[in-house]
Amino acid sequence: MRISRIVTQRIAFTLLTLVMAATMLGILAIIAYIFLKGLPALSPEFIFSMPTHGMREGGIWPAIVGTVYLTLGTAVIAVPIGLLAAVYLSEYASDSPFTRAIRIAIVNLAGIPSVVYGLFGLALFVLFLGLGSSIAAACLTLSIMTLPVIISTAEEALRSVPQAFRLVSVSMGGTRWQTVWRIVLPQALPGILTGVILGLERAAGETAPILFTGAAYFLPQLPKSIFDGTMALPYHLFVISTQVPGMPVKIQYGTALVLLIFVLAMNLVATLIRSYYRSRRQW
Amino acid sequence: MVSAPPAPKFVVENLSVQYPDGTESLRNVSLQIPPNAVTVLFGPAGGGKSTLLRTFNRLNDLVEGTRYLGKVLLDGENILSPKVDLVALRRRVGMVFAQPVPLPMTVRENMTYGLELAGESRRSKLVRSMEEGLRAAALWDEVKDRLDEPAGALSGGQQQRLCLARVLAMQPEVILMDEPTSGLDPISTAKVEDSLQTIKKKYTVVIVPHSVQQAGRLADWAGFFLQGELVEWGEGKNLFIAPKVKRTEDYVTGRFG
Ligand SMILES: Nc1ncnc2c1ncn2[C@@H]1O[C@H](COP(=O)(O)OP(=O)(O)OP(=O)(O)O)[C@@H](O)[C@H]1O
Ligand SMILES: [Mg+2]
Repeated sequence: MRISRIVTQRIAFTLLTLVMAATMLGILAIIAYIFLKGLPALSPEFIFSMPTHGMREGGIWPAIVGTVYLTLGTAVIAVPIGLLAAVYLSEYASDSPFTRAIRIAIVNLAGIPSVVYGLFGLALFVLFLGLGSSIAAACLTLSIMTLPVIISTAEEALRSVPQAFRLVSVSMGGTRWQTVWRIVLPQALPGILTGVILGLERAAGETAPILFTGAAYFLPQLPKSIFDGTMALPYHLFVISTQVPGMPVKIQYGTALVLLIFVLAMNLVATLIRSYYRSRRQW
Repeated sequence: MVSAPPAPKFVVENLSVQYPDGTESLRNVSLQIPPNAVTVLFGPAGGGKSTLLRTFNRLNDLVEGTRYLGKVLLDGENILSPKVDLVALRRRVGMVFAQPVPLPMTVRENMTYGLELAGESRRSKLVRSMEEGLRAAALWDEVKDRLDEPAGALSGGQQQRLCLARVLAMQPEVILMDEPTSGLDPISTAKVEDSLQTIKKKYTVVIVPHSVQQAGRLADWAGFFLQGELVEWGEGKNLFIAPKVKRTEDYVTGRFG
């Protein structure tokens, strides 16, 4: 006996809904758990003060500041380079074996485990260029890790701008750069920003790339220059969860919660930007 | 005494155009486009009409690897020469496409886009040419209170007249139109056709019509294209009333097959 198409469709639909619900539930459960366990730790003091007593008391301010520095530093390096590369690939480069090789390389780079970037950063920036374990070396390493994500999402966003706009602009005497600057980039902006934020989010949350390049176990004061090392939320979380005996669970979950909020807030900003622009888009 | 005919705006000599895949979409075409007149290029699909239009502003160059043979002179200067400044050429030769494509900005910004690209920043000049362009395209009354709305909010017919208006605002010398009314209702079509009668006093117009009827209505000069060849070329309505070539006759009388 054959099952009718409508029944098949219904089964498929139900299955997909169940799978999705299961996934969502898993994520929500993790978030809810961390909120429940971490919320009691949150206080202005926890956020704004230095850790004390071998980090078993006090706050996590230097780790928060460090993560902000690392994220901003990565943005400053990776966003302009990534954007220029994406504009080059989408608007200027013709389709040749060379550009195809570049694209394949970018896609593959995006899949490399972050610890490999960490080792690469150690070899190139910390040792070879002599930057030492510093914010500069960590930002450069995070930038290398983030670039493939930024380039490929930005390129996709640029390509999704209808070709007809470029044709009209060029036919009106626009140079390629004028067309990119005045038409294509503004139209692609929401997609680009989404990619940028997704990339930076990863940079903010990763431990492995900064482990050997700039993250410090504990520092008694905030970094004073980009050549200092810094504490950072993900590494701090790793340290207090595994390296410090007698660590209060509250502080561990509090730290996890702050990191989670940091990343979720970036996500929220990306979503808001996207929906704002989508509502104004005319195509 | 008869005054000498005005010098042609475009002189096309033995033009062939090849696309990179080897398609020869124009073969050995020679003709002259007179100034301040409407020249109609018509014929069945794939005849090379659009290719010829896009040769006049070198828009074919966007398809990498397109090859031109022969000459196209604009006011005596060969625009196929590698030394030609394409940006300057496209400022002189504006184009209206088949589908209205308002740029994703306001009506006003669409209207000033061309001049701003050319470096014009004086507000008074921008405002003046915007109004002139909109009036010449018979759109001013409909949009004068909607200048700061997104251009995409206009109706299809208004959008297409906006596309014409923004080209007029650039004050080019030639206006190319590739089936500009193919998506429009009869009333919008009539508005565009009417405005051509005033526009041609100042500009050279080359248009690919969307029907033989439209070709007959608009033509001061006309060329019939078939599979990359210019089959017949003639003045005014002659080509439609008394074609000399059998293939033209078959086409205009609808016996084409
Ligand atoms: N980018 C391109 N690459 C390859 N061949 C092309 C390209 N554009 C057009 N052609 C070919 O060139 C020939 C002429 O095309 P063109 O668009 O100039 O014809 P047309 O007379 O405007 O036709 P239509 O009435 O359908 O618009 C056709 O055979 C077409 O397939
Ligand atoms: Mg065509």
